[in-house]
Amino acid sequence: MSEQKNPERPDDEPRGDNANGEAVPTQRDDTGEVIATRRGMFGADNGGDTSGYGGLVRTVRLPGATSRPYGGPGAREAYGDFDEIADELEGALDEQGLVPENVIPKTVVDRGELTFHIEREYLPAVARILRDDPALRFELCTGVSGVHFPGDKGRELHAVYHLRSITHNRLIRLEVSAPDADPHIPSLVAVYPTNDWHERETYDFFGLVFDGHPALTRIMMPDDWQGFPQRKDYPLGGIPVEYKGAQIPAPDQRRSYS
Amino acid sequence: MTTAPHSHSPNGHRTSSDFDTTESLARETTEGTVYNVTGGDWDEIAASAAKSDDERIIVNMGPQHPSTHGVLRLILEIDGETVTEARCGIGYLHTGIEKNLEYRTWTQGTTFVTRMDYLTPFFNETAYCLAVEKLLGITDDIPDRASVVRVMLMELNRLSSHLVCIATGGMELGATTIMIYGFRDRELILDIYELITGLRMNHAYIRPGGLAQDLPPGAVDQVRAFVKKMRKNLPEYDKLATGNPVFKGRMEGIGYLDLAGCMATGATGPIVRSAGLPHDLRKTQPYCGYEDYEFDIPTADTCDAYGRFLIRLEEMRQSLRIIEQCLDRLEPGPVMVADKKIAWPAQLALGPDGLGNSLDHIKKIMGTSMEALIHHFKLVTEGFRVPPGQAYAAVESPKGELGVHAVSDGGTRPYRVHFRDPSFTNLQAMAAMCEGGQVADVIVAVASIDPVMGGVDR
Repeated sequence: MSEQKNPERPDDEPRGDNANGEAVPTQRDDTGEVIATRRGMFGADNGGDTSGYGGLVRTVRLPGATSRPYGGPGAREAYGDFDEIADELEGALDEQGLVPENVIPKTVVDRGELTFHIEREYLPAVARILRDDPALRFELCTGVSGVHFPGDKGRELHAVYHLRSITHNRLIRLEVSAPDADPHIPSLVAVYPTNDWHERETYDFFGLVFDGHPALTRIMMPDDWQGFPQRKDYPLGGIPVEYKGAQIPAPDQRRSYS
Repeated sequence: MTTAPHSHSPNGHRTSSDFDTTESLARETTEGTVYNVTGGDWDEIAASAAKSDDERIIVNMGPQHPSTHGVLRLILEIDGETVTEARCGIGYLHTGIEKNLEYRTWTQGTTFVTRMDYLTPFFNETAYCLAVEKLLGITDDIPDRASVVRVMLMELNRLSSHLVCIATGGMELGATTIMIYGFRDRELILDIYELITGLRMNHAYIRPGGLAQDLPPGAVDQVRAFVKKMRKNLPEYDKLATGNPVFKGRMEGIGYLDLAGCMATGATGPIVRSAGLPHDLRKTQPYCGYEDYEFDIPTADTCDAYGRFLIRLEEMRQSLRIIEQCLDRLEPGPVMVADKKIAWPAQLALGPDGLGNSLDHIKKIMGTSMEALIHHFKLVTEGFRVPPGQAYAAVESPKGELGVHAVSDGGTRPYRVHFRDPSFTNLQAMAAMCEGGQVADVIVAVASIDPVMGGVDR
C-alpha cells in the first residue's frame, strides 16, 4: 500500500465480471479455511443490532494450504529454503516409516512464514526430527501459544510453536489442533525443556492438557481458579465507567467490528 | 477461596479431575457455597520434620523480598547454607494484558503492551507493531525516519534496562555506589523519553505504521549531549566494579549455565552470549534496518554472572555507537505510513490539557470536510481492519528474544496476541543456576538473569 496506489481500490483486489461484462469487486478471500461465521454487525448477538444489517453473513477465512514450491525468504527461484526444510522433514519422516501426508496434513506459506500443521499424535516425533536432523537443527523452541477458535468445530484449540534454527538461521511454525471435547496434545518438554513453563501457561489459559508434562499445574492464575481465562467464551469482565457525564460500557460490552 | 466469575460451558472446562480437590469440599448452604479448606495431617508433617535433618528447611524468598526484582517468589530447599532445590512461584503480577488486547483496537494495543516489561517499553511496542505491520503487509512501507527513531529509542532503552540491571544487581550485593550511578544515568535517559514521548514509562509512542508523532525540537541535541555524557560515565562502572576483587569474588563462577543448558532452557540474550554464542537477532534476523548499522555482539565464555555483567557493559557501549549512527541518519520526513486508512492518529497537537487531537485539524474536518470527519471518527472508534492470518515478529530485547505471535480474524481487534517474553523463559534457568550453590549466590544468579516480573507475568 504505497503512496501512489489508491488505498480504496488496490490493484491486486480480486474482481469478477457482472452480467454487463463490467469488472466489479468480488468478495475478498474466498479461498482459505473457514474458521468462523459471523452474523450481523457490531458483534451484537443479543438482539441489540439495530443497524438493519442483522441478516449479514460473513465468513472468517484464514490462509489456506499452499502447494509446492513454497519458496522462502530471499529465494531467487521458486524453490527456496522452505522447500528444503519440507524436503528434509518429509525425508526424515519416511525414514522412520511415517507417511508425510498423514503427519503433516497441511502446509501454509503466508506473509513469508512457513507453517506445518501437524497431527497431534506425531508432534513429539516431528519435533525430535526438527531438533536433531543435521540439515534442520531447530535448536531453540520459543514456546507455545494457544489460540481458541470456537467456530472451528473439532479443531477448537490450537497450539502454535515457533522453532528457531540458530545453525541455519531459520524460523518455522508448527501448528497443532485439538477438539474442545478432548483437549489433549503430547508435551514437548522431553524434546524442548524450555516448553515446561510455556505449556503450563497454555494449560492455565486455554485448558489444553499436555500429556507427558512433568507437572502440569497452573502457573499464572491461582491454583484453585475455575475455568480457562483466555478462551473466547470466558468474559473479560469489567464495569461501566462514567466519563464526562456519559456511561462508557465495560470493554467486552462495547461494539466490536470483527 | 476464589470462585469463577461466570458459569462454565456445559462440557466443562476442567478436563482432569486431578486438579479439582476443592470442588469435593464445596457444600451448598442457604448462604451460598461454603468451601472447607483442609491441608495434610499436621501430626504427620511434624513427625516427618522431626525425623529429617534439622538443617534442611524450606524457605520462601519473596514475593515481597527486595532482592527478587519485584514479586518473584523463590521456594528454596536449604540444607545449611546450601540450596538443594530451587523453584519459582510466579503469577503475582499477572494482569491479563494478552486477554485485554482482544477487546481493544490494534492501535490501542500499544498502550497495553508497553506495560508488560516495564523496563523495556519500546521493545514491547516495537515487537508488537512489527507483528501488526507484518499482518498488514506494510513492513516495507514504514518510513525511514520512523525506523531510525525506533532503533534510537530501542537502543536508549537497552541502556536504561541494562543500567537498572547493573544498578539493582549491585545493590543486592551491597554495592550501593553502583546503584546510585546506575539510577543517575538512567535518569538522563528517562528525561529523553519524557522529552520525546511525554512520559517516563508506558509511552505507547511506537504505533502500528510508524510513530505517534515526530521528534520534538531539541530532542536530537539532547540525545547528542547524552551520548557525550554517557561516554564519560560508562568507564566509571569499569573502575568501580569490573576489576573490583570483592565484586568479582561474588560474581565469578556464580549462576553457571553452559550453552547446552541455555538451549535446553531456551535462555537467550546476555545469558546465551555469556556461554560464548554470539546469537543476537539484530544480526541474524535484522528488523527496523539493523543490517545498516555497525555494531559488535560481545560474548564471554565464562557462562557466569560476571560474564553477563561484562556483556551488559559492552552492549551499552555498542548501543551508544548505534545511537550516534541513528542521529547521523535522521532525515526529515514522515513518521507514519502514507496509507491514511492505517495512519492513526490523524493529527496531534499539544493543548493546555496535554497531547490530543489537533484543534486546527478538528476545525477543518468539522467545518469543511464531512468525509474527512467520518474517516477520522471511524479510524479512531472502529480502527483499521487487519487481513486474517498469523505472524510472528521477534526483536532482541535487553533480556533476549522478545517474540510476538499475533493472530487476526480480519477484524479491527487482535484475535489473539501472545508475547514470548524473554524474562519468562530465562527465569526457568534459575533452578539450574542455583541448585547446589549457596543462598547468597541465589541472589546473584537471579540478578544476572535480570527478570522483570511485569514481563514474566504479563
